[in-house]
Amino acid sequence: MRNAGLVTRMKIFATKGSAMSLALTLLSAMTGVPARGASKLRVVTATTDLAALAQEIGGDKVEVESVARGYQDPHFVEAKPSFLLKLRKADLLIVVGLELEIGWLPPLITQSSNPNIQVSAPGYLDASRFAKILEIPTGQVTRAEGDVHPQGNPHYWLDPDNGLRVAKGIADKFSEMRPNDGAYFAQNYSDFEKRLKQADDGWKAQMKPYEGRKVVTYHRSWPNFAEHFGLNVVGYVEPRPGIPPSPQHTVDLIGQMKRDSVRVILVEPYFDLKTPNAVARDTGGQVVVMMPSVGGEKEITDYFKLFDYDIAKLKQAFDATH
Amino acid sequence: MKKALVLCASLFVVGAVRAQGVPDGTSSGQSMADTPGSEKNAANSEARIQTLEQQVSMLAEQVALLRGQLKVLADAKAPGGDAGARLVLTSAPAAVNAESAAPGNGVSSAATREAVPVLAAAQGVQSTPNQTYGGASGNARLLNPDISLIGDFIGTAGHNDVTPSRSLELHESELGVQAIIDPYARADVFISFGEQGVNVEEGYVTFTSLPAGLLLKVGKMRADFGKVNTIHNHALPFIDRPLATNNLLGGEDGIDDAGFSLSRILPAPKDWFLEATAQVFRGDSSDVFHSRERQDVSTVGHLRAYKDLSESTNLDLGISYARGHNEVGSNFITSLYGADATIRWKPLRRSIYHSFLFRTELFESLRDQLTLLDFLHSEHVFGMYSSAEYRVNRRWTVGGRFDRSGHSTNANLIDTGLSAIVTYWPSEFSQIRGQYRYGHLATSPAQNASFDNANELLFQFLFVMGAHGAHPF
Repeated sequence: MRNAGLVTRMKIFATKGSAMSLALTLLSAMTGVPARGASKLRVVTATTDLAALAQEIGGDKVEVESVARGYQDPHFVEAKPSFLLKLRKADLLIVVGLELEIGWLPPLITQSSNPNIQVSAPGYLDASRFAKILEIPTGQVTRAEGDVHPQGNPHYWLDPDNGLRVAKGIADKFSEMRPNDGAYFAQNYSDFEKRLKQADDGWKAQMKPYEGRKVVTYHRSWPNFAEHFGLNVVGYVEPRPGIPPSPQHTVDLIGQMKRDSVRVILVEPYFDLKTPNAVARDTGGQVVVMMPSVGGEKEITDYFKLFDYDIAKLKQAFDATH
Repeated sequence: MKKALVLCASLFVVGAVRAQGVPDGTSSGQSMADTPGSEKNAANSEARIQTLEQQVSMLAEQVALLRGQLKVLADAKAPGGDAGARLVLTSAPAAVNAESAAPGNGVSSAATREAVPVLAAAQGVQSTPNQTYGGASGNARLLNPDISLIGDFIGTAGHNDVTPSRSLELHESELGVQAIIDPYARADVFISFGEQGVNVEEGYVTFTSLPAGLLLKVGKMRADFGKVNTIHNHALPFIDRPLATNNLLGGEDGIDDAGFSLSRILPAPKDWFLEATAQVFRGDSSDVFHSRERQDVSTVGHLRAYKDLSESTNLDLGISYARGHNEVGSNFITSLYGADATIRWKPLRRSIYHSFLFRTELFESLRDQLTLLDFLHSEHVFGMYSSAEYRVNRRWTVGGRFDRSGHSTNANLIDTGLSAIVTYWPSEFSQIRGQYRYGHLATSPAQNASFDNANELLFQFLFVMGAHGAHPF
């Protein structure tokens, strides 16, 4: 309350001094960020993966909640008013960016009427800024290509290196918002880095025997995963991103898979299995439901278990189809 | 505390000096380079120095003034540890100047030291240039707003003598221009080009950074009265609007007027979302409200309650009230009451394939008017519709609607309608629809009501180009 009083007084004061007009512009950007002292930083993330990373870094100094669930198509989350109850009190909103959430997050941000988390406010963090982004379209971008993301493929969190980069960005953000806990967040980050690198060595070793294997995926969710673990994505069940499978494309895909002897089809948990199963039957292949996000299955409770799960599934499928 | 204030003030001094320093430096540099012979130049620079001196003394005065004000502030604001930190924060931009000008200036470096880390952190927010990582910066758009255009082509076949529509028309082309205006507001403008001309359907600025969780909209907007009144034509679940909209709520444009809207989320029992909206408009909305005098404003109030029953099912309830002056005259009031209920079901794992929505809205209109029998009379009319939509698979949606409504001027003229609709989605950005519509419609506005049956087949092509808009909810 005392702060609020000061703020109004500062405003009155600021309008008097011309040199202070700059200060005024920063004023509302800054209110609410510092000095909440001991209370936990309230973090809302767009997806569960970002929540998992934020939890790794924030530990018990933060309270993290994700809007989307792990088994949900992140393009098609509904803008339910109940999410506003979380967003209106958030200190920080972390988004995947690259227009992944464009169909549902912008109206939620506006309606939250929370100044902290408005686009480009100090409490708005676009995690894609820190990540290595693939499939950035060049030349003319049209929707003849389907529902393309003009700024690049937003499924970048499926590369552990990107997970680490995003975690670093989150750690920096946390210590900026809570300077007193900076050392704690830095410690958590370096701890996370150590554990992730170690785990990643294990995952890479497990995937080593399958290096260069060709796979087909349903949606373009896996380019970063494939790049990191040495897979070769040669086709998609969707003819174009966001366009459901067509008979002609399915026939072409079957032909291509037979020619290239591709046996494994990766499908996200929110897509219909009818077409992938038909393709698998025709090509003697196998459908693997891979989880693109933490929480996709009950046992995937953190960022590490996500890769544990997916790699185990993938190994199984490769071994079964060889 | 006082110390911090004084430090803060001294930072301004440094900032001011530095601002002065730039031209000062160049002028002295020039005079050194000048040859002694060029008297004109010398006179010039002397004049310049004089003006600079004037400016400096003016600034010194201002600084003194500021200092005084700071002192007053400090005295008024006696104890309070974090207030000082706040002040340093707000003066951060000045601190930057101080930092760069600091060497040799003997600035209280304690202040800079204190301010700079905070500032560096604050700046890191906006402007961490990330050359290696991050997506394409969307350079093509730069500061351009998001622009979209939605074409809405409608064809009608069959028989309807009461409310005939054209066989084929590009019913509407809606141009949407949306952007964030500044750190405190965003603006949304929707201009619709129709067969009758151009109309700003909506154009408003939304202030998103108000205190106390308030959300303020200013401009022309669809009033927050019920559900269907807020929905744009292209986002309707049917090709047409329900009869009650046409009879009681001003037709296609609905209650759509220039004014203010203030809304806030209210405290509610756990897991309930409760939101109240209050709006004031000029008082001109189609044939519902008419303002003859400036004070003939119309008001709209809306209360919305929402609850997730499970992660896939939710309940959305609302009550609305609108009041304004009608066409008969300034003293003739139309009051509208509305209640709406929606149940949605959408399983998260198969959200793009299956969903179900049931909605019903009730309207009540009380319209003051003149009759032959009694001088002032309030016509009491009731209207409603119920509709359901089911997404069969990724590309097909089916739906049905029942509606019934009196005419706002005559409660005895009751129209009844039934519709069935099929929608096909080639992609998220286009849709093709067919709707069968039966109507039992009142033909004459006179006392002796006679009715006519209408049987029509409507079809619609919708296409979206440009920016990816928000999905309707």
